[in-house]
Amino acid sequence: MPCQWMKFFVCWPAMRKEENKVMRNNLFALVKKESLHILRDKRTMLIVILILVVLIVLFRFAITTEVNNVNVALVATDRTNGVNDAVNRIAHNDYFTFCGYINQDEIDQQLRSGKVSAVIVFAPDFDRRMEQINAGLPSTPIIQLIVDASNVNSAGAATAYMQEILLGTESQQAMFETRMLFNPQMKSAYNFVPGIMGLIFILVCAMMTSVSIVREKEVGTMEVLLVSPMRPTKVFFAKMIPYFVISCVVLIIILLLSYYLLHVPMSGGVWGIFSMSLLYVLLSLSLGLLVSIVVKTQVAALLLSGMVMMLPMLLLSGMLFPIENFPKFFEVLSNVVPARWYIEGIRKMMIQGSPFVAVWKEFTILLGMTVLFFGMSLLKFNDKLE
Amino acid sequence: MSETVISVRNLTKRFGDFTAVNNISFDVYRGEIFGFLGANGAGKTTAMRMLCGLSYPTSGSGTVAGFNVMREGEMIKRHIGYMSQRFSLYNTLTVGEKIKLFAGIYGLSKQVTAKRSEELLARLKFSSERDTLVKALPLGWKQKLAFAFAGIHRPEIIFLDEPTGGVDPVTRRQFWEMIYEAAEGGTTIFVTTHYMDEPEYCSRVSIIVDGEVRALDTPTRLKQQFNAVSMDEVFRMLARDAQRGE
Repeated sequence: MPCQWMKFFVCWPAMRKEENKVMRNNLFALVKKESLHILRDKRTMLIVILILVVLIVLFRFAITTEVNNVNVALVATDRTNGVNDAVNRIAHNDYFTFCGYINQDEIDQQLRSGKVSAVIVFAPDFDRRMEQINAGLPSTPIIQLIVDASNVNSAGAATAYMQEILLGTESQQAMFETRMLFNPQMKSAYNFVPGIMGLIFILVCAMMTSVSIVREKEVGTMEVLLVSPMRPTKVFFAKMIPYFVISCVVLIIILLLSYYLLHVPMSGGVWGIFSMSLLYVLLSLSLGLLVSIVVKTQVAALLLSGMVMMLPMLLLSGMLFPIENFPKFFEVLSNVVPARWYIEGIRKMMIQGSPFVAVWKEFTILLGMTVLFFGMSLLKFNDKLE
Repeated sequence: MSETVISVRNLTKRFGDFTAVNNISFDVYRGEIFGFLGANGAGKTTAMRMLCGLSYPTSGSGTVAGFNVMREGEMIKRHIGYMSQRFSLYNTLTVGEKIKLFAGIYGLSKQVTAKRSEELLARLKFSSERDTLVKALPLGWKQKLAFAFAGIHRPEIIFLDEPTGGVDPVTRRQFWEMIYEAAEGGTTIFVTTHYMDEPEYCSRVSIIVDGEVRALDTPTRLKQQFNAVSMDEVFRMLARDAQRGE
């Protein structure tokens, strides 16, 4: 054994010179390593896929701002034709479940127990006063809606629906004609898909990249890479490439799911959505890079990319709450949240069907941010190396 | 033993007001096992990083493998190997993939990689472990692998940063045999350690205290000079009046 080793090392000097000339392929070797690492780290991969699927399914079936299955009870002393007509309309509507007639004194108890979330009370002489109204005569209210408003959003939406349904065929219709453009059925999926996209890429790119770079710092493998003739910038490119590829796959999955499962229109053209998303992926990667350069531990990387980046993103991007409703300060603050611009742009292209040209402003802002973050991380990175 | 591979003159590294490495000078010759001894915080790692082209000295001059430490860090990197105290292997790769990765990083051609890979596995008696994940290997094996990887591109100098941390004495002994063989083959070994029996194996030892080289000679002569029975004693005498704490 010892003499074997000797031979192994003795022949080194002679072979050194010629071989050190060959310095190619090294980026590819690292990319391959990173990909293998990601593929073998089944847990991480699983988490990403799971998050993606769970988010979409959640937003598809559970978290909706649409009003579905609202239990409605009726109070009507006289079941006249007009009342029956209204009841039919409620009962045949998908959004409402008709729970039968109750008495005046049961209203409070029914609402309190949660058996119903809305009660419609018809005036005793409903038909007669309806005719009065139709004839243009003044009248006191003839229908009372009592709604459980413990959930403000659904109460508001339910009220609006009920008013529309109950008065739908009557003369009031002439007063307004409402048309819901781009999303006539008011599907909330339309609203959330761009939001999920904004979220998931930050998650995959920024979070995973930063954690994986910082992990190498922690384990010490980064040191080994930096002592190698590999240029440091190349080391980081090698890190980014596999995550970029993953993001592309994720993007395709999201687009397919939203088109076939959620029936999001994408009328603005898939290529525009695609290019905008790729830009956003690059932006997230740069953010991840920046995070990984600033912090030293995986926990810190997680906290920074998870809490510091994701929370404001969720709250300020306009994904959950409309930016127009923000106090001035937060409205201004939301301008620096990249996801805001991305979501806005995607929404325009996906839902409104605007062509790519229409989102040039959002695209330019995102491009500027990408250049800024990427430049910053390169600068900061070279700083560290002195 | 006369050809110089590392030559350093008045090398100094300051971080703000703090002088991590203060004016050190020494030469290392080809085929030597050069021990670099010091307590934690004495400046060993900083000095080693400068020699590896990872950080630039504040002042002073020096060459490593014939390249200037002030300017040619990238060239130095091609001619040295490095093994860190944590062995720093990628756990999710197999032994074979790991060899390919290192060969790729150092830009070896496909043919050379295949040949080296066979040689390396045969020498380590690892041929059956080619497809084993690195994390499944015992610590001592990982250590040997890490050393073999550090030498995959046949560097002139291999830097070992506390290479035997956490390994049992028997494995440590085996590891030192590997180091010896590499040195006999003409590769220079630069090793930092804080195990006090290890300096005894080195050709020459420098003891660094508070960022300065306080002693530099063969272990035998150092012991004579300080009238001590072991290197441990020599080190204690020198480190006693250290200003920097742990």
